[in-house]
Amino acid sequence: MIAWLKELLAPNVVAHSPSHAAPRVSHGEHSREARQLGTTLPAAKSCGDGEETLARQLALVIDLNVCVGCHACVTACKQWNTSGSAGPLADQHAYEASPTGTFFNRVQTYEAGIFPGTDTIHFPKSCLHCEEPPCVPVCPTGASYKRKSDGIVLVDYDKCIGCKYCSWACPYGMRELDEERQVMTKCTLCVDRIYDEQLPPSDRRPACVMACPTGARLFGDVKDPDSDVSKAIRERGGYALMPEWDTRPANQYLPRHVTQVAGGGGADPAATQQPAATGAQ
Amino acid sequence: MHPAFSIVFFTTLAGCAQGLVVALAVAVLAGLTLSPGFLGTALAVACGLLLGGLASSFLHLGRPERAWRAIMMWRTSWMSREVLLLPAFIGIVALWWLALRADVGAGWQWLLPLAAILGALLLWYCTAMIYACMRFIQEWAHPLTIINYTLIGLSSGLVLACALAAALGEAGLLRAAAPWALVATLVAWGTRAMALRRNAALKPKSTLQSATGIRNQHLVQKSMGMSAGSFNTREFFHGASQVALRQVKLAFQLLGFALPAAALAWGLLGGPAWAWMLALLLQVPGLVAERWFFFAQAQHPQNLYYQSVS
Repeated sequence: MIAWLKELLAPNVVAHSPSHAAPRVSHGEHSREARQLGTTLPAAKSCGDGEETLARQLALVIDLNVCVGCHACVTACKQWNTSGSAGPLADQHAYEASPTGTFFNRVQTYEAGIFPGTDTIHFPKSCLHCEEPPCVPVCPTGASYKRKSDGIVLVDYDKCIGCKYCSWACPYGMRELDEERQVMTKCTLCVDRIYDEQLPPSDRRPACVMACPTGARLFGDVKDPDSDVSKAIRERGGYALMPEWDTRPANQYLPRHVTQVAGGGGADPAATQQPAATGAQ
Repeated sequence: MHPAFSIVFFTTLAGCAQGLVVALAVAVLAGLTLSPGFLGTALAVACGLLLGGLASSFLHLGRPERAWRAIMMWRTSWMSREVLLLPAFIGIVALWWLALRADVGAGWQWLLPLAAILGALLLWYCTAMIYACMRFIQEWAHPLTIINYTLIGLSSGLVLACALAAALGEAGLLRAAAPWALVATLVAWGTRAMALRRNAALKPKSTLQSATGIRNQHLVQKSMGMSAGSFNTREFFHGASQVALRQVKLAFQLLGFALPAAALAWGLLGGPAWAWMLALLLQVPGLVAERWFFFAQAQHPQNLYYQSVS
């Protein structure tokens, strides 16, 4: 029945056109990455067999090596989007004991390993702009859609009826209902900013990317093999979240690599004993 | 998942109405003579339940004034299909009721019951597929979800049909429907128990490791990125204790299936007329609890990201 749904959805997706499509990463690259991850990369499946896919897919690549968990991306996202075309993003009980509100981006913190060999990993989390977004076909009104021109998954706030079904259909929990406007909201990749010709070209990037003090957030077209994001994914073992559900997230994460101290001395013994403490590497 | 009472009541009420309409339609098609007065009353009850369910479903929407838009994506969305079918089914039942009152000719008497049976079956299918089509909610993504929505609806509809027939003195229908009510209730209990057993043995496909890509056996969340919860912590967690969950599971099996079946058997074995009403009164809270549990038991993979408040 899932196949049937996908078949019904097929006309809504732009067919893969060889003339416009960017050349792809070779099959070998994908297989190598797949082995590293110990699983088949969902994207590898569509390679070469002519399955429909967009020619352009904007996305973020998050570098877990350098994210310091400062939440600057969270506040920059909130500031831009509550003042922009996506807003206002409600805050409730903002000055009380239990403040809550709508955010498109959150930074979580995880701890891997056993003390003293632990590793703290800050983990930014926002819509992954899946190439097979499960949230889109379930929307009864068509308010949720994936843009054919750049692959951004968006919500038309004027069509949303607030049934929350799309949020149930997202395995990552990336959508949040705005409690005041009662419509579903999510990361827009700052769609009202990245194409704004009144901004200097260097500012035509998502607010979170602009705000990150460590450069942990890369932004670009993952279908362009020469883009920074494609190179980072290719060369640094970029991986997708929950590959088991075949959603083919466009956003990917760069795994934490253990760095040796120069000269070989003073390295954390736990880290050298456990080179695969974190990340896919 | 956090069970929304709007959906719990909607699916329970509509399911019961569908079962009642199917019971009446099958009785008519099988050639059972029902007094027009009784049939009219029973159809009006079904219509009332369906309208109550429809109203309840509106309460689920953040923007009910835009509800009409939900018919747009019937090509891809099971919810859209349900939104189309529910008014269509109400229309069929209302038309049947009107045809009875207007005493439309004998040639039509088979058409509306047949359409009503088809409509009820399709509506059960669509309602259940809304949940069953979500592949990563493993508790729901199984044909048992469809079977249970259908059989539980049939059981409650037949129990209601028996109670109505007993109350309004429709002895023919009561004699014909009562054994089926007992069978449907017991079979629905069996298939629901199968789903419970399946869910108890489920191994989640997603882990914290696959959700974050951090491949370390010892991985704990230290912060979920906010200090006091968000939509994600409200919508996807039922907030009830494991003890409460176990009690609801026991209660819905007793009230929804075991005790109504006993009351039906009592009625069949020559018990008093109020045995049928007793079966209905026991089953109503039982099935509300069943539907609550259906939602509460579903483990959404997004919950992996929300384990530690700070």
